Amino acid sequence: MPPVIELLRLDVRLGGRSVLRSLEAALSGRAIGLLGPNGAGKSTLINTLLGFHRPAGGTARILGHDLRDGKALRRLVGYMPENDAFVAHMSGVRFVRYMAELAGLPSEQALERAHEAFFYVGLGEARYRKLGTYSLGMKQLAKLAQAIAHGPRLLFLDEPTNGLDPPARQRMIRLIREIRDAGRTHILLSSHLLRDVEECCEEVLILKDGRIAAHSDLAEERRANRRFVELETRGAGESFAGAVEGLGCECAFFPNGSGTARVKVVLPEATPMRELFRLAAEHDVEIRRMNYRRDSLEDIFLAAMREGGGGGRP
Amino acid sequence: MAVHRRAYRPYEGPLTSERWRFLVLPRYALQEVFESRLLTAFVVVCFIPFLVEAAAVYTANSPAARALLGIPSQAVDSLEREFFLAALSVQGVLAFFLTAWVAPLLVSPDLVNGALPLYLSRPFTRTEYVLGKTTALLVLLSAVTWVPGLVLFGLQAGLADGWLLPNLRVAGALFAGAWIWIVVLTILGLALSAWVRWRVVATAALFGVLFMGAAFGEVWRGVLGNSWGRLVHLSYLVGVVWRDLFGLHGRPSPVRGMFDERRGAELPVWAAWLGLLAVCALCLWLLDRRLRAREVVS
Repeated sequence: MPPVIELLRLDVRLGGRSVLRSLEAALSGRAIGLLGPNGAGKSTLINTLLGFHRPAGGTARILGHDLRDGKALRRLVGYMPENDAFVAHMSGVRFVRYMAELAGLPSEQALERAHEAFFYVGLGEARYRKLGTYSLGMKQLAKLAQAIAHGPRLLFLDEPTNGLDPPARQRMIRLIREIRDAGRTHILLSSHLLRDVEECCEEVLILKDGRIAAHSDLAEERRANRRFVELETRGAGESFAGAVEGLGCECAFFPNGSGTARVKVVLPEATPMRELFRLAAEHDVEIRRMNYRRDSLEDIFLAAMREGGGGGRP
Repeated sequence: MAVHRRAYRPYEGPLTSERWRFLVLPRYALQEVFESRLLTAFVVVCFIPFLVEAAAVYTANSPAARALLGIPSQAVDSLEREFFLAALSVQGVLAFFLTAWVAPLLVSPDLVNGALPLYLSRPFTRTEYVLGKTTALLVLLSAVTWVPGLVLFGLQAGLADGWLLPNLRVAGALFAGAWIWIVVLTILGLALSAWVRWRVVATAALFGVLFMGAAFGEVWRGVLGNSWGRLVHLSYLVGVVWRDLFGLHGRPSPVRGMFDERRGAELPVWAAWLGLLAVCALCLWLLDRRLRAREVVS
C-alpha cells in the first residue's frame, strides 16, 4: 500500500520567497498531524498538496497520485480551510449539497449526504438557516460537513479548532477521531495546538521555517514510553536494584539520603509491571510514587524547535 | 432519507460526468436569481418589447388586422433589416440591465467569504468555474436577445411568402450580433463581479464602464475632432459591428439609443472588433488575476 502522502524534495516559492524547502517524507498514518509555529509553512503545504500552488521543485504524491495529476488527486480529498469559506446567502444544507454535487455526487445523493453530514456534525436543527447567520463554531462545523459530505479518502483539516470555545473544541476533536476510527478516511490535521494533534494523530510532521524539523510516529513513541518507569522508593538499596536488573531491565539507582531513592527502570516488552511490585515486596521496599516517563508531543515539538530544520525521525 | 444516521460513512455511490459538472454552477445560480420576485418580474418585462414587435410583425403581414386598426398598408408595407436591428437594440439594452443586476450575484459572493478554495479543492478547475458562471449569464441573456429575435424572424418568414431566402442574412446577424453583445456583457460583468466585492458597487461599476466610456468618446471627439476615443465606448462599438452584420454600416441607426452613432464619422468596423476584443482580453486577464484559490502577496 503506498504512503498516504509522499513528499519528494518538495520546494515551494511564493512571491519570490522560498516557503517550503526540500521537504522529503513518507506519511502513512491514519491521522497525520502537521505542526509548526505560525509561518512555518503548514497551510502552504496543504495548499500545494491541493494544487493551489505550483511546486518550484520536487513533487508530492497523495495516495499514489502525483501533484501534477490535479483532478485525479482532488477526487480523493476533502478540505476544511482555516479561514471562513462559505456562501453567506445559502442555507447550510444547500451549500453542502452544492459542494457535494461539485465533487461529483448526483443531485439526490448530494442532498441526502448533505443532510446526513449536517446531522453528523451536530447542526441538524440549523441546516436550513443561512450560513451568514451562523456563529463561528457553527461555521467551523459547516466547513467540516462540506469536507466530508462526498466521502473523501483523505481529509485536509487546516486549524479546525480555531476560534472554538472548549466544549466546541472537544466536540470537533471527537468528530475528527470518529472519522479517523471509521476506517476509510485518512486525515491530515494542521494545527499549531499540540493538544489537538496529540489527541487525534498517530504520526506527526513538524515544520519550522519551511523545513521538516521532526517526523515522528506518535503511536510508536507512546508504546516506547510506556516501558520507561521512574520509581520513588523508601528502603531500596543496591540489592533491590540488582534484583530489578535480574529481571532483564535496565536500571539506574539514585539514593537521595534519609532512606529514599529514585530508581529509573526500562522494562523489556516481556516483563510485566507486577514483577516490580513483587520484587519490592520481597525486598521490603516501599514504592511511594511511580511515573511513566512520558516523552510528550510537547517534548518532541520543543526539541524540534531547538534543533531546527533538516532532520527528523522516520 | 437517512438523516438519523449519526455515524460517519464513506460515499460509495455513482459519480456524475466530470465533463458536464460545470453545469451545476448555472443551475444553482439561476435558482438563486429567480428566488428574487423583483428580478423574475424584470425578466418578464424583458419580453414585453418582443410581444409588441411580434404584434407589429403580425399586423404588417395581415391586411385584416391593418384594416381593423386603421393602419394604411403603405405604412407597414414590408419589414426590413432596420426593424430587426431596432428589435435587437431594444433587447440589447434590456440585456445590459439584466447583466447589471445578475452578474454581481455570481462571483462576488464566492469571493467575499472565501468560498473559492472550496470549489477548487474539488475536481474542478478555474476554467470550469468561469465557464459555469458564464453559462448562467449566457442562458439568461440568450433568453432575452437572440431567442426572441429569431422567433420574430421565424414569425415574419412564416407570414410573408418569399421573404425568407432574401433575408437569411438577418437571421445570421440577429444570432451573431446578440452573441457578441452577450459575450462582452458576460465577461465584463464577471470581471467586475470578481473585483468589486459589494453588489451595488459592482452594478454601479458596470454602468460606469458604459457611460464613462461614452462620455470619454464624446469628449475626445469634441477636443480632437475624430472618433477614435469611441474605442472605449462599448455599446457604440457593438452598434458598429451590428450595423455591419445587418449590412447597414454607415447608415443612421433605425432608433436613437445606446448602440447609436449620434454625430461624426463612424469608426471602421475592424477598429470596433479590435476594441471589443481588447475589452474581452482585458476582462479575462482581470478574471485570471482574481480567481485564484489563494492570493499570493509579493
